[in-house]
Amino acid sequence: MSETGIGQRVKRKEDHRFITGKGRYTDDINLPGQTYGYFLRSPHAHATIKSIDTSAAKKMPGVAGIFTGEDIANDKLGGLICGWMIHSKDGSPMKAGPHPVLAQGKVRYVGDHVAFVVAATKEQAKAAAAAVDVSYAVLPHNVDAAMAMTAKAQVHDVAPDNRVFNWSLGDQAATDAAFKAAAHVTKIDLVNNRLIPNAMEPRAAIGSYDSGSDHFTLYTTSQNPHVARLVISAFHGLAPEHKLRVIAPDVGGGFGSKIFIYAEEVACVWASKKIGGRPIKWTAERSESFLADAHGRDHVTHAELATDATGKITGLRVNTKAAMGGYLSTFASCVPTYLYGTLMSGQYAIPNIYVEVDAVYTNTAPVDAYRGAGRPEATYVVERIVETAARELKMDPGEFRRKNFIKSFPHQTPVIMCYDAGDYAAALDKALQIADYKGFPGRKAESAKRGKLRGVGFSAYIEACGIAPSAAVGSLGAGVGLWESAEVRVNPVGTVEVLTGSHSHGQGHETTFAQLVSDRLGIDIDNVAIVHGDTDKVQFGMGTYGSRSGAVGMTAISKALDKIEAKAKRVAAAVMEASTNDVEFKNGTFTVKGTDKKMAFGEVALAAYVAHKFNSAEIEPGLKESAFHDPSNFVFPAGVHICEVEIDADTGVTEVASYTAVDDFGNIINPMIVEGQVHGGIVQGIGQALTEGCVYDKESGQLLTGSYMDYCMPRADNVPSFKLGFICTPCPSNPLGMKGCGEAGAIASPAAVMNAVTDALGVRDVPMPATPQVVWQVMQPMKKAAE
Amino acid sequence: MENFAYHRPASVADAVAAMKKAKDGKFMSGGMTLLPTVKQGLAAPSDVIDLTGLKNSGISVSGSSVTVKAGTTHVDVATDKGIRQVVPALSALALSIGDPAVRNRGTIGGSISNNDPAADYPAACLGLGATIHTSDRKLAAGEFFTGMFTTALKPAEVVTAVEFPVPAKAGYAKFPNPASRYAMVGVFVAKLKDGSVRVAVTGAGPAVFRVPAMEAALARDFSAKALAGVTVDAKTLNTDMHASATYRAHLIGVMAKRAVEVAK
Repeated sequence: MSETGIGQRVKRKEDHRFITGKGRYTDDINLPGQTYGYFLRSPHAHATIKSIDTSAAKKMPGVAGIFTGEDIANDKLGGLICGWMIHSKDGSPMKAGPHPVLAQGKVRYVGDHVAFVVAATKEQAKAAAAAVDVSYAVLPHNVDAAMAMTAKAQVHDVAPDNRVFNWSLGDQAATDAAFKAAAHVTKIDLVNNRLIPNAMEPRAAIGSYDSGSDHFTLYTTSQNPHVARLVISAFHGLAPEHKLRVIAPDVGGGFGSKIFIYAEEVACVWASKKIGGRPIKWTAERSESFLADAHGRDHVTHAELATDATGKITGLRVNTKAAMGGYLSTFASCVPTYLYGTLMSGQYAIPNIYVEVDAVYTNTAPVDAYRGAGRPEATYVVERIVETAARELKMDPGEFRRKNFIKSFPHQTPVIMCYDAGDYAAALDKALQIADYKGFPGRKAESAKRGKLRGVGFSAYIEACGIAPSAAVGSLGAGVGLWESAEVRVNPVGTVEVLTGSHSHGQGHETTFAQLVSDRLGIDIDNVAIVHGDTDKVQFGMGTYGSRSGAVGMTAISKALDKIEAKAKRVAAAVMEASTNDVEFKNGTFTVKGTDKKMAFGEVALAAYVAHKFNSAEIEPGLKESAFHDPSNFVFPAGVHICEVEIDADTGVTEVASYTAVDDFGNIINPMIVEGQVHGGIVQGIGQALTEGCVYDKESGQLLTGSYMDYCMPRADNVPSFKLGFICTPCPSNPLGMKGCGEAGAIASPAAVMNAVTDALGVRDVPMPATPQVVWQVMQPMKKAAE
Repeated sequence: MENFAYHRPASVADAVAAMKKAKDGKFMSGGMTLLPTVKQGLAAPSDVIDLTGLKNSGISVSGSSVTVKAGTTHVDVATDKGIRQVVPALSALALSIGDPAVRNRGTIGGSISNNDPAADYPAACLGLGATIHTSDRKLAAGEFFTGMFTTALKPAEVVTAVEFPVPAKAGYAKFPNPASRYAMVGVFVAKLKDGSVRVAVTGAGPAVFRVPAMEAALARDFSAKALAGVTVDAKTLNTDMHASATYRAHLIGVMAKRAVEVAK
């Protein structure tokens, strides 16, 4: 194994440019003649637009153009789409209301796009926006998912009860029968709090139009530039794909929020042509990110778990209301359905599961995929109710889980998924050992001496990532396939460029993907370049989200490398005058069996391009191969996390005292990067559990947590040093044996933390985020009872 | 952000004169509150009079008092060896303000003139019974802090220094807002050399205030247990999404005990 091959802790190649300020993000790019766009946003949660007068604003200094929904309609610019069709259980299609790029007749949340002002400077654009006169008639609003179906506010005409769909999964009758026969039923009501994504780099776009070639270019902060191009071309109808180039350069974090095709980037590229081709740059201010990036979570759930007399789980019933916000965002509909209901079996052999989900419109920012996307919500339901059941049955939570673990694979769950590999008991054993679970009572007693309440909580999560295969997701309503592409270009000197349809925005692909190439071709990692994020360079790709780029993107590269190796062997055989079958390739050298003939990889590459030593009628010159990979199944990372918290009874402050994570990601390319992903994910989950909560004011519909003054991101002093462990059951459905690791931490940790908090306090539930005030309030009746 | 005229006078007299001429002027010291609010369009002064040109910073410590000139940054207060010896609670308080960037720019004069309900310095001033020196006069802290973001300062009056008496013992305990990390409740307790006790609370109400019941209890016995059963009326306290008035009232009790425990 080389020092830069698979399994090595190779330092990230991209970090030098990032930490020395040499990254090139969208906002770093400036084009000649560039103008600046500013969005006038709705101050109301729900209102009719009576009129918009832009006449005074258009006369302001520097203004190049002001556009409203009327201009969008006149140009027949298509609306924003939701790319996953969900059918209700009665068979009717989901009720997707119109989602114009700029509001037409009505605004549906605070921050909704009312007008787009373009001027020579950002300040001029802002000043002109202030001079746009909009007359609103305020309508009743609702910001609460639980109230949506009975609210006075009607967000979209197509959905009179604000219900987008009423979806179900599983066998209701069989599940009801299991509950009738149950020895014990555990019930829980849970709220999965709304979160605001906070990528370090805010969203940004530069749209430009070249009238000479009738060609558009869009620089944008996207996790999937090809999908953006496809949607802008096919659905907005702005330009055919060959007339539109989308570039997603360095992107500073996404967490899902940069998957979606938003109004802002479409407006920039559309309006550039309207102002004669001058480029338009828009960079979100942080407060715009709070208002108008797609939010995450926002579920209200009732769940019930049936167990038999021996403590075996016999059934699970889940009913969820999932907020969609004012419009359906790009993939909003699949999050509380096929990324949620399908995970309800967790790590357990549950024979009967029934899930019903009402997706509802609310007068809030749209909700869509956010790190984990449906799977954190599912894990929260399963792991909270399993822990609660164990407490009710007076069983150890670890042993209750062990008793119900799936023990043989493949395992078909009642909710679509077929788990391919895993060893859940091994992960539990390792986590118990690392966490020193046996020592917990001693630590609890020690905490009590200091007046602190200590609790322990488990989360045995499973996630399904690398969504696939394309035909299967298509049958479930997906508008796209979920394969990935790769092209490996070997240069004549033996250096390699890999063009990938994956997109790196923090994941470290430039390093891990290069490790794979270094490993396979036996070349130095510095001789490998990873090219991504430009539709003019990479032919097509599906981008990076859902922890897919290792299992799917790298497998595509691996397949292309197989072809490179096969072709190179033929070239080497011709040059060394041997049979291709006798050529072997190892550690970067081609040898001929039974001889001392050998050629280095670089020599073969050169021979392939010089093309003197073989018959070009039999072997084409050059060394370049491509592959598309469509997986045969999801991959199923799983693990056991154990959290210990200590609560200050005087103030309600919860400290995460220790956190253990044992994960099974199959084979790991770069343990250092994977550990970083786990750390980041856990911190995000601790954020959801203890600090982060998006709050809209019920009375006014205004976003109360509109800045870091009130929206509490977790900080270094909110988290402990993590204790990590790994087990490995290689994934059988890809040749690298890899599973996804990007979301696991965020999926597992909220349940682990909240199980620990409820254990410490001895209560059934504490709402997230369990801020000091929330915990203190929960403790008040307990204190009264004690007095 | 709106445009404004910028002045950087070199003397207090010039600063006062510039303010008198301005239509809607604002003094700026570290600019830690003014600049963000101007940038966000929440404040639009006609004139900004930058006081850093006064070069009015420095600390002097005598046996009975500590005088901090108005332009002294938080980091200079936090790291001053003389203060650390005679009022370590003041060093600790200064070190707990904001983050390093704020502590390097923000000044004591700016902080108390702004009188943010969640600022730390007002608690130290009121808790120690400081004297505020201005361009015109000397004011007791109790007269100086008059309400939310308001002080006894006249429109063209500048704080020049804060004079703290050296106490027998003092302590500060802060419960930070989880998001902003401003004081959600901050309690400064001091036992002065004449035996009197002062308790000042910031973050919890519209402005910094004293708690006479706690002062009386601590004057009898300067210990945390002396505060048992002493409660604060929640009616006058702030409520927001992070803390209800009831919770704040409770935290005042907890933080007061902790301030007494760390007092030295």
